[in-house]
Amino acid sequence: MKRSTYIVMAVMALLFAVSWYFKAATYHGNVMSPLVAGFMITLAAFLTLAIISFVYQDNPFYKFAEHLFVGISAAFWMCQSFWSTIVGNLIPRISTGLSKYFGQPYRDEPWNFVYWLPVILGILLLLRLSSKIGWVSRWALAFIVGTTAGLSFIRYLRSDFMEQISSTMVPLLAAGNSGESLLSNITLSATGPFVAMLTNWVIFLGVICGIVYFFFSKEHTGLFGRASRVGIWILMITFGAAFGYTVMGRITLLVGRLTFLYKDWLGLIS
Amino acid sequence: MKREVPLFITFFVGTLLIASVFIPPAESWGENFSVYFDIIAVFAFFLGGGNLLRIHLQKVASKRPDWGYSIVTLVAFLVMLAAGLFKLGNPGGISGNLTTAQSWFQILFQNIMSPLGSTMYALLAFFVASASYRAFRAKNRDATILLVAAFIILLGRTPFGTMLTSWIPPQYDLLQVPNLAIWIMSGPNLAGQRAIMIGIGLGIVSMSLRILLGIERTYLGDDR
Repeated sequence: MKRSTYIVMAVMALLFAVSWYFKAATYHGNVMSPLVAGFMITLAAFLTLAIISFVYQDNPFYKFAEHLFVGISAAFWMCQSFWSTIVGNLIPRISTGLSKYFGQPYRDEPWNFVYWLPVILGILLLLRLSSKIGWVSRWALAFIVGTTAGLSFIRYLRSDFMEQISSTMVPLLAAGNSGESLLSNITLSATGPFVAMLTNWVIFLGVICGIVYFFFSKEHTGLFGRASRVGIWILMITFGAAFGYTVMGRITLLVGRLTFLYKDWLGLIS
Repeated sequence: MKREVPLFITFFVGTLLIASVFIPPAESWGENFSVYFDIIAVFAFFLGGGNLLRIHLQKVASKRPDWGYSIVTLVAFLVMLAAGLFKLGNPGGISGNLTTAQSWFQILFQNIMSPLGSTMYALLAFFVASASYRAFRAKNRDATILLVAAFIILLGRTPFGTMLTSWIPPQYDLLQVPNLAIWIMSGPNLAGQRAIMIGIGLGIVSMSLRILLGIERTYLGDDR
């Protein structure tokens, strides 16, 4: 490493120690000791800054934070799934002794022995780490793929196909709330009948044109091509809306992190 | 054995689950199989953890470039695993709640994983800004439509958008930016989303059929 790298690291270590001291001295909570609380808040702040430093360019601090995140999150999801699924759903069905050990009530049900099947398949899956009998893990993989295919087939046919088509069949000629003729009351009131009808037309034609765009077995020319063109516009509006929401979401997260830095760490915002 | 058995398992399980929808006493099979699926998925998580350990240990052992960062990953992984799997530092012991406020697991989650995760996503705000610059150049009609829709949605969710068009009378209040944003979401955006969802639905159904009938076999890998 270069001499400048050592200097930067020494400065960061010094800043960390100073921040730790001040945060510990000003901690008023009772959840943990001031020393631990000061260390944790400082660590969270420095890790936040380490990630943000990537905006400038890739650097050792970012790499450190990135590798830390990989290790922590891999273990986090392993532990979460172990305690919620294995201890919460499996052990209470297959072992009285282990249920007692983990403080879970034993569920004495007639078909409990079937739960050994996923355990065996899970063990087969772990054999993938072996180069000689790794192929046996395909049996577990086949079970996962078969279950996903079987469940998705019905679920998506119902929710993403039939339900969506059914919801698109909306009334295209709506009367006013008090039963008066629609033509006598054409306003652009957001809650008025004209806008409601306009929305229904946009949904009905928009879905048809959108689907037409995705139909690639026929050349997009003539009337079909014009419908496809409208479909592209509808999709562009959808992508624009999604983009707008994504921007807002990311900015909100950034504001959250900056609030943490300025309020919880530096105490500049009351 | 290497290909025929997995193909049969896939076909049998998938067909059984589809058939169970049409047989009232077997309707709960879908839920049961989801639980079996979750249990196998936990083993898959452990497989992933084992693989992570193997790869980083190999990197450290052979001192490949940036091997020092692999030590960071390994230490973080093992510490979090000890705090979560064996509940070290949990006031309630092995039968205590995993997410108890004072447990090491929760402290590590709140002070390391959560800040890192949210900052990672927040970092995208900077890249979104750069993407916005490219997207918001109205080079053709389609790009202009995307630009206008995104702009209205963004403006409609801010107090400035409300202030800008609050003078518009109630009979034309659809033209007020917040109302226009809501209308875009519930009209054209909904239509586009629906067209995409119908496409996705059909795609998933056809892919499921291809898998069940053994036409799609890429998930089996090669024959080694």
